[in-house]
Amino acid sequence: MNRRMVLNTLGYISVANAILMLLPTIVSIIYREACLWAFLITIGISLLMGLLLILLSRPGTKVIYAKEGFVIVSYAWLIMAGIGALPFVISGEIPSYVDAFFEMVSGFTTTGASILTDVEAMSKGLLFWRSFSHWIGGMGVLVFVMAIIPNISDRSIHILRAEMPGPEVGKLRPKAGDTAKILYLIYIVMTVVQIVLLLFGGMPLFESLVHTFGTAGTGGFGVKADSIASYSPYLQWVIAIFMIFFGVNFNLYYLILIRKIKSVFKSTELWAYLGIIIVSITLICINIYSMYDGFSETLRASVFQVASIISTTGYATTDFNLWPVLSKTVLLIIMIVGACAGSTAGGLKVSRAVILVKAVFREFKKMLHPRSVRVVKMEGKSVEENTLSSVTTYFAVYMMCVLMIFLCLGFEPFSIETNFSATLACFNNIGPGLGSVGPTSSYAQYSDFSKILLSIAMLLGRLEIYPLILGLNPVVWKKR
Amino acid sequence: MKIIIAGCGKIGESLIGALVKEGHDVIAIDKDSEALSEIINIYDVIGVCGISTDCEVLAEAGADKADMFIAVTGTDELNMLSCYIAKTLGAKHTIARIRDRAYNENNLDFLQQKLGLSMSINPERFAAYDIYHVLKFPSAVHVETFSTRNFEIIELILKENSPLSGVKVIDLRKLNPAKFLICAVQRGEQVYIPDGNFELRSGDKIALTAAPTEILKLLRGLKLTQKQAKNVMILGGSRTSYYLAKRLLASGSTVTIIDKDPVRCQELCDALPGATIILGDGANQELLLEEGLREVDAFVTLTNIDEENILISYYASSMNVPKIVTKVNRNEFIPLASNLGLDTIVSPRRTICDVILRLTRALHNSVGSNVEKLYKIMDGNAEALKFNVSPDFKYSNIPLKEIKFKKNILIAGIIRNNKALIPTGDDAIQLGDKVIVISTGHTLYDLADIIA
Repeated sequence: MNRRMVLNTLGYISVANAILMLLPTIVSIIYREACLWAFLITIGISLLMGLLLILLSRPGTKVIYAKEGFVIVSYAWLIMAGIGALPFVISGEIPSYVDAFFEMVSGFTTTGASILTDVEAMSKGLLFWRSFSHWIGGMGVLVFVMAIIPNISDRSIHILRAEMPGPEVGKLRPKAGDTAKILYLIYIVMTVVQIVLLLFGGMPLFESLVHTFGTAGTGGFGVKADSIASYSPYLQWVIAIFMIFFGVNFNLYYLILIRKIKSVFKSTELWAYLGIIIVSITLICINIYSMYDGFSETLRASVFQVASIISTTGYATTDFNLWPVLSKTVLLIIMIVGACAGSTAGGLKVSRAVILVKAVFREFKKMLHPRSVRVVKMEGKSVEENTLSSVTTYFAVYMMCVLMIFLCLGFEPFSIETNFSATLACFNNIGPGLGSVGPTSSYAQYSDFSKILLSIAMLLGRLEIYPLILGLNPVVWKKR
Repeated sequence: MKIIIAGCGKIGESLIGALVKEGHDVIAIDKDSEALSEIINIYDVIGVCGISTDCEVLAEAGADKADMFIAVTGTDELNMLSCYIAKTLGAKHTIARIRDRAYNENNLDFLQQKLGLSMSINPERFAAYDIYHVLKFPSAVHVETFSTRNFEIIELILKENSPLSGVKVIDLRKLNPAKFLICAVQRGEQVYIPDGNFELRSGDKIALTAAPTEILKLLRGLKLTQKQAKNVMILGGSRTSYYLAKRLLASGSTVTIIDKDPVRCQELCDALPGATIILGDGANQELLLEEGLREVDAFVTLTNIDEENILISYYASSMNVPKIVTKVNRNEFIPLASNLGLDTIVSPRRTICDVILRLTRALHNSVGSNVEKLYKIMDGNAEALKFNVSPDFKYSNIPLKEIKFKKNILIAGIIRNNKALIPTGDDAIQLGDKVIVISTGHTLYDLADIIA
């Protein structure tokens, strides 16, 4: 275990956190809010801690292995959320640290689950910071650090692999640092385009920024109690379409960038993702047609909600808690599936779902023809047995974790629908669930114990389980 | 630069490591996905799984935009073909490993020209030439000859009770009439570029330069001479052995080769009429003694098994063989072998890496005072670089003592009108000179990089 290198990297994370917090500080200066001091104190703490770590650790060697990658990623996320929660507590707007921690974990993991009962009473600086954390967390904190600091480690692929979601992590460029830069470049361009489109639709600048951050990171924090419902249909459509865009594998955007558009259309995952969206929209449209007046409104409501849930964003334009059971079931199922690997979204990931389904069919055929040899194909290439078994194992571990958390929530006095959807909504980084945690209510009613449990669920979901479990396990800290 | 490496075997891996360290964008191709994922875990590169002669694989790796394509798979023909395809697709420079004797001796130029190869590499042949140079100067552990032949860097180890131990560098010139310069000193793991007050100790490995005419005089003065190895015993009949024996025979030495494979012995007999070929197991000490291990001037172990090479060399050193050369393939074993007191170690992989790095540095900067040659000295811990001085070098005609250089930089030689000059503080670099710079801890691309 290269502890010095781990501490050194965590120091850089802390400094990066301080730098990123300058943005909400500027916002609170513009709006002349009291939370300015909360930000300044937190920046001081974060900077001091980071510089101390960097100066004191002085790694002898920059070589890290998979183990260090896991440890760095899991602690980095805890530090970001831990420090990020301080401004809320210092300013007194969220007095309980557990609540503030839940809110920030929810921010960085791009969940968007909130314990706030009255969002509109919060100061602008804090609201901005909450949404900005979606934007940072969407592409990954360490990917960001990797993009700005050259040569953070000789073997940074281990960090990239531990933080990027999906069954396989492919680099776009030979150097991990260059890959991180390209990903962020694509991310920033798409963000800017959305901000411009929202401004064009008449949304004020502050709200455009907050909602774009929420969409880009597929998070879902807003500034209004009724989420997106009060905005014009044009704005709703823009947000819905961008939610679907941010759920697409970013490698495909890179392919468009280098003019390999043909291979984009060959992507199995993309077609599966779009297929699931269209089927879900059709089912829900038919199911809820009687509840809305006119086709266009029905379509808009179902498209927005499906896009919001499958991209694991969690914005809402209508209270889908009131929808019939079939529609709610469809939403629950696409909560689990999630969006494409290599996007900012959470969930199981479409590519895993496709591989799982194909593996199941192969198993069936094998039962009929025991000696047949078959390979599972994905993106035009055969999937290696290693990947296949890691996908099935991941699914098993995923189900186990979900069920464990669901079991622990059983102590709460809520309906099974509420508890189950809360588990899924947190684990898959969506935000609002059904029942008492539906789009119009919040997680405030849960006890502190459950809030911590759900925070862990959000981190497990965002980091895809292994890094957190392995990284926080004291065994890996032992000297070799 | 964007460099594609086809084949992730031993040489491929060493190359990838060296090139990534230099900061190049490297893409690795191999048909074995496990070997490839091993590489991706260790180095910051992209891997493409497939056969390197497949156009689609090459296109995926981006061969059309590659600055360099290096094919080092196990098969010569595959290497040549993939280089040809890569060149056709648009790769700027292609390098193939071609090991087969038939290709190397009969039609290498023809092949290189027809396939558009920038270079072909043959690790065994390079290693053999390395060994040959050392055997010419047996008191040195390593000899680096700069192509012009009038400048050499010799590495040697100061033995116990050497007259040089405890002597300061500044006093050394007074002791000795010959003009020479100590470029680098390796003590333990650390490499120093010594100044005048540096005190030498026994056990140090030193690299020194002198004009070739004065080298013998110098070594004699320092009581370091040892006669050229005339009677050489080679263990193992590998390709390296063949090239080495051929070179040695041509220079009039007697060569004995021991190998345990009858077929290989037969082939060597055919190819090397002047050599004595012994069929037998080199690990058998009785056999070695019987064949005259005690009488040879030099003993070279070139079997394909590192452990065997190291242990048998160790045995030979206990028999007081004057010069022992050990081939070690795995980089990890090199320090171990040095700890056993085996000072002259040859590694074909490292030799090849040096050759490729030299080429990439030279290509990196084709204008300005670019690197013409690069040599890794002191087990790769220091570099000797040869620069051409171009008109835009601002410090020409200024005496060296008035220029402020970076730390750990030394001007070891100036080559003017094909004559080597060991510089003093009063000499100045002139336009049209070639300058040899020793550095450690820097990556130099341009002569101007040495100025602080």
